[in-house]
Amino acid sequence: MINWTDKLSPQVKSIPPSGIRRFFDLVSEMKGVISLGVGEPDFVTPWHVREACIYSLEKGYTMYTSNWGLLELREEIARHLYNNYKVAYEPRNEVLVTVGVSEGMDLALRALLAPGDEVLVPEPCYVSYAPCTSMAGGTPVPILTSAENDFRVTAAEIKEKITPKTKVIILSYPNNPTGATISREELMEIAKVVKKHDLVVISDEIYDKLTYEGEHTCFASLPAMKNRTILLNGFSKAYAMTGWRLGYACGHPEVIAHMTKIHQYTMLCAPVTAQMAALEALQNGTDEMLKMVAEYDRRRKLVLKGFSEIGLSCFEPKGAFYAFPSIKNTGLSSEEFAERLLMEAKVATVPGSVFGVNGQGHIRCSYAASVENLTEAIDRMDKFLKKLSFCGEEACG
Amino acid sequence: MDKKDREILELLENNSRLRYEQIAAMLDMDQTEVENRVKELEEKRLIVKYHSLINWEKAGQETVSALIEVKVTPQRGSGFDDIAERIYRFPEVKTVYLMSGSYDISVLIEGKTMKEVAFFVATKLATVEEVQGTATHFVLKKYKQEGVILEDKEDDRRLVISP
Repeated sequence: MINWTDKLSPQVKSIPPSGIRRFFDLVSEMKGVISLGVGEPDFVTPWHVREACIYSLEKGYTMYTSNWGLLELREEIARHLYNNYKVAYEPRNEVLVTVGVSEGMDLALRALLAPGDEVLVPEPCYVSYAPCTSMAGGTPVPILTSAENDFRVTAAEIKEKITPKTKVIILSYPNNPTGATISREELMEIAKVVKKHDLVVISDEIYDKLTYEGEHTCFASLPAMKNRTILLNGFSKAYAMTGWRLGYACGHPEVIAHMTKIHQYTMLCAPVTAQMAALEALQNGTDEMLKMVAEYDRRRKLVLKGFSEIGLSCFEPKGAFYAFPSIKNTGLSSEEFAERLLMEAKVATVPGSVFGVNGQGHIRCSYAASVENLTEAIDRMDKFLKKLSFCGEEACG
Repeated sequence: MDKKDREILELLENNSRLRYEQIAAMLDMDQTEVENRVKELEEKRLIVKYHSLINWEKAGQETVSALIEVKVTPQRGSGFDDIAERIYRFPEVKTVYLMSGSYDISVLIEGKTMKEVAFFVATKLATVEEVQGTATHFVLKKYKQEGVILEDKEDDRRLVISP
């Protein structure tokens, strides 16, 4: 008998499994649940994109591509970034096509980190940043952003956590799970700190198109920041292409070359079918993308109004497709609240604590769901909250 | 009509059962304002009718539809309009369009049987004085109607919880 416990890497063993897992198992066994727990669009990929992919298969596009990705796609990505943010990347050596932002994040961290290097991770944030940092040999240093500031990280909060070992800061706006966005002015302040302390920024901007108020600022477009930034983005959210697993990383040729080295040995290249589809999405997908964004915006308003009417306090998310209401006044922890909401009202959400300790007291609600389901979910939550507060007063179980 | 009206119309076109309060929330408007605007849109007949798209075939109700190409001689003064009116007044006629190309008026007729539809064409449509000729095409299967794929109810295939 082989003893796997002895064989497994201690470093990987020390990383806790995602807190979402337990919830997933709970939900899977239940019927009649309305889920606000999904971190992906409720649209299927627009047909013209799927059709272009089918056509590419018919034409026999089934081979490896360059490690960097199809040049045509990289050119389109560069054009797209220039048109949107006036940041100019050279498609030949500053753009790498990755298997989603997930791979891009892993590559960036592995290309940068030496043992002991510290990575500043403003929380709450997407679940992978800290574990990927650890697996790359670095030390994640959480910055607990405050609910009072709508969870936007400030230059002052960053400064406080900087040590001689700090090498990288991860920014992710619009933010999953809070829906927070950040203004150009605030980013300029952060840029000053970044420059002063000679940091590298990994900017995960996968939700950039899903900005409902104000304009998204690409961090790399700030003065002098392009060469210090690894910009990560992809097709999952804007074009409803999560399952295609396609993203890209842009940055200084030297760091992109290092990332490509890891990518070439571990991934070789992103799937060509997905690359062909992404090309179509960039070339002809803007109209449908904007329609989806308009639809999310309407649902966002519906959910915010609904939450305010049932007495769930929630700061106004201005990006992504999440609302992050506070459930502190119920006296329950995020996990307790989410679990009871699921069991008693059949609404699935994700406990905020999964995304960082300061997510405690919040739940993440995705409004990438139909208007009918959102309305019904808010109704159920209303009844649940009333029952909770009644029981609170009467001290029943 | 302004941007708000357009947005209300877009929402209702897609789902006429949306409640005023839902529309108000989604468009960041006052509920009374939405009600007033909808009333006005109804009065102006920008909103013509609220209806449901029914898959009668699935309901086991046999109906026959036919698309009829009609060639007509336009009249001095009214062009095609009077002829079109003579045709669209018949309740069996569901849709009437004036077309460019090799024929003039496109008529969609619904009836209970093929014979009934054919009879209608022969006795009512072909006999209109200005009608030069008709060509009847029976509908064999409806795949998509009013932007909706009839058979295709795509399930939500997403994981119930994902990060």
